[in-house]
Amino acid sequence: MCYPRVGISIVQILERLGHEIDYPEELACCGQPAFNSGYWKETRPIAERVLKRLQDAAAVVIASGSCGAMLKKFYPELFANTAHARAAHELAAKCYEFSDFLVTKLGVTDLDAYFPHRVTFHDGCHGLRELGNKKQPRELLAKVRGLDLIEMSEAETCCGFGGTFSAKFPMISTAMGEVKCTSALETGAEYIVSNDASCNMHIQGLADRQRLSLRTIHLAEVLNSR
Amino acid sequence: MSAASQQFEHDAERLTHDLRHRSLIQTALKKYEVARDSKKSRYQDWQSARQTAAEIKWDAVNHLNTYLEEFASKLEARGAHVHWASTSEQARQIILGIVREKNARSIIKSKVMTGEEIHLNEALEKAGLTVVESDFGEYIVQLRHEAPYHFVFPAMHLVRGEISKLFEEKLGSKPTNDPEELMMIARGILRNKYITADVGITGANFAIAETGMISITENEGNARLTCALPKVHIALMGIEKVLPKLQDLALFMPMLATAGAGQVLTGYNSLYAGPRQPGESDGPDEFHLVLLDNKRTHLLADAEQRDALHCIRCGACLNVCPIYRNVGGHTYGTTYQGPIGSVITPHLRGLQEWKHLSYASSLCGACTEACPVKIDLHHHLLQGRRNAMARYPVWWERLAFKVFGLVVNHSLLVGLASSLARVAQRLHPLIKGTRLDPARPWTRSRELPQVAKQTFKEFWRSRKR
Repeated sequence: MCYPRVGISIVQILERLGHEIDYPEELACCGQPAFNSGYWKETRPIAERVLKRLQDAAAVVIASGSCGAMLKKFYPELFANTAHARAAHELAAKCYEFSDFLVTKLGVTDLDAYFPHRVTFHDGCHGLRELGNKKQPRELLAKVRGLDLIEMSEAETCCGFGGTFSAKFPMISTAMGEVKCTSALETGAEYIVSNDASCNMHIQGLADRQRLSLRTIHLAEVLNSR
Repeated sequence: MSAASQQFEHDAERLTHDLRHRSLIQTALKKYEVARDSKKSRYQDWQSARQTAAEIKWDAVNHLNTYLEEFASKLEARGAHVHWASTSEQARQIILGIVREKNARSIIKSKVMTGEEIHLNEALEKAGLTVVESDFGEYIVQLRHEAPYHFVFPAMHLVRGEISKLFEEKLGSKPTNDPEELMMIARGILRNKYITADVGITGANFAIAETGMISITENEGNARLTCALPKVHIALMGIEKVLPKLQDLALFMPMLATAGAGQVLTGYNSLYAGPRQPGESDGPDEFHLVLLDNKRTHLLADAEQRDALHCIRCGACLNVCPIYRNVGGHTYGTTYQGPIGSVITPHLRGLQEWKHLSYASSLCGACTEACPVKIDLHHHLLQGRRNAMARYPVWWERLAFKVFGLVVNHSLLVGLASSLARVAQRLHPLIKGTRLDPARPWTRSRELPQVAKQTFKEFWRSRKR
């Protein structure tokens, strides 16, 4: 709703690579907010619908590491010892976070992108630690012409979003965001690139309020720039 | 909201605004990180070391009854008294009973977190005994009448100037900014305390079932003096500290030092196996070991989170935790701070009172990655939330998520919600940041994203046409 460019970029990139894309319009959310808040029972109807709708897909590409982790790691836990356990495992096996899909599944790193900017990369926690996607986004960025990647010292440190955590403990969440922004600013980067839109939303929201000259952008948008 | 939860929120609010404090802690812990990484690189393979450690602890914890009995009987065979305490009250009574029987008046202690857990100092002081902490950090926080700030680095929140001022006020020493001089001031006083103490109380980092020994790791030599000089030695330890074999220490001692403090090996590592034996030149006349349960068996009964008993109390998870780094140790209000504390405290002290700690995490997983014994810490926080809401649901939250589930499962409602969001976005400036603003927790410090002119769904539909 707020970041349509992410989805549009992914569609355009994958179609350029010759893939046929289906967008499950009727799926609006994976249920992570309820799940992470402890309401697993309330999460199941949402997740069941996702399982059903995606069962025939050959591969599922997910734009954010966080949602990716939900489908890939937490659905099997949510449905453990239920009738949907098998479906959850089958879905998990064919889900890919976007950068992982390109690099691991398709073996593509060079998308002929051009993005003449100094950037730093923020590792979203779920993409990094639940899914283990550290190298993939960097391999993709390395092939972008004109792009200068400067790693920040706190690249792997949480930006403080954490879903409902950001509303339950806003003061801690904000302090964590400040640590992230300070580290990004130290690199002199114009953009913080991330493969997680929710981290970008948090970092940008804080940077805008504090009038920091930081812009966040999704990895897919960078890779779709020419 | 529980009292503990209110206190947490209150202190977190205060400390996240204390930039000096945040920078002090972050600078210290970044230095730790550099030291830790350089020492980790000396392991041939840190990941398989972790795996081995986790397997040894798994074996120990899953056969706790066997190993504890083996450990206790070996120790008793050498004349030690082994006491089993189910609760903190029992543990306090056992220790008070021993010191009373010995007509003890003064006690010297080395660092013992289980002592903090059972509020031992308060109980001893109430009974009229003098208690002195001999670990430098513990000594400082004792003088300040404070709880340890970090269960490995008790006084890490204080700078040299503050310690010097404290010593000036409490001990009448001259001001100094030299760490060695500060240490010598404390040592000068402590030396005399060791000699005059009737009883020495310590903890234990590990207990070895095979040989019936406890292992104590320290950097100052204070625990050795605490064990060696007084006539009576009381060791207090949690039942989860047992390891099967002596050779296990070859892995756990360096691992504790590296993960916990960025050291290759801690300065002093000593094994104690009961009172002085015939023909031995030193050691206490009497040796008491108090084995503390205090709801650890409650955690043991939970197959899902049992691995939290693997913990060797190295503090690695605190050191890397972005929450800990921004709110500090006292905010938690627990004996064990940081991620491990947030996992075990609801088990040890009650879910209803301490469930907020499961939520005080962004679930980033830095703790799990750092844990040398591979405790699945952040997933346990997630499971802790599930357990909490299964027993103590918040009615309006549950309702909100039910409605949320209803909306996202109906395309028409999703469409309606996104139209409403556009309207709301236009009206929002009127109430933004005020008490009427439902997004206030966010908008107090951050801007909200804008709903796009064309959503992805609209793009998709326009393309299909």
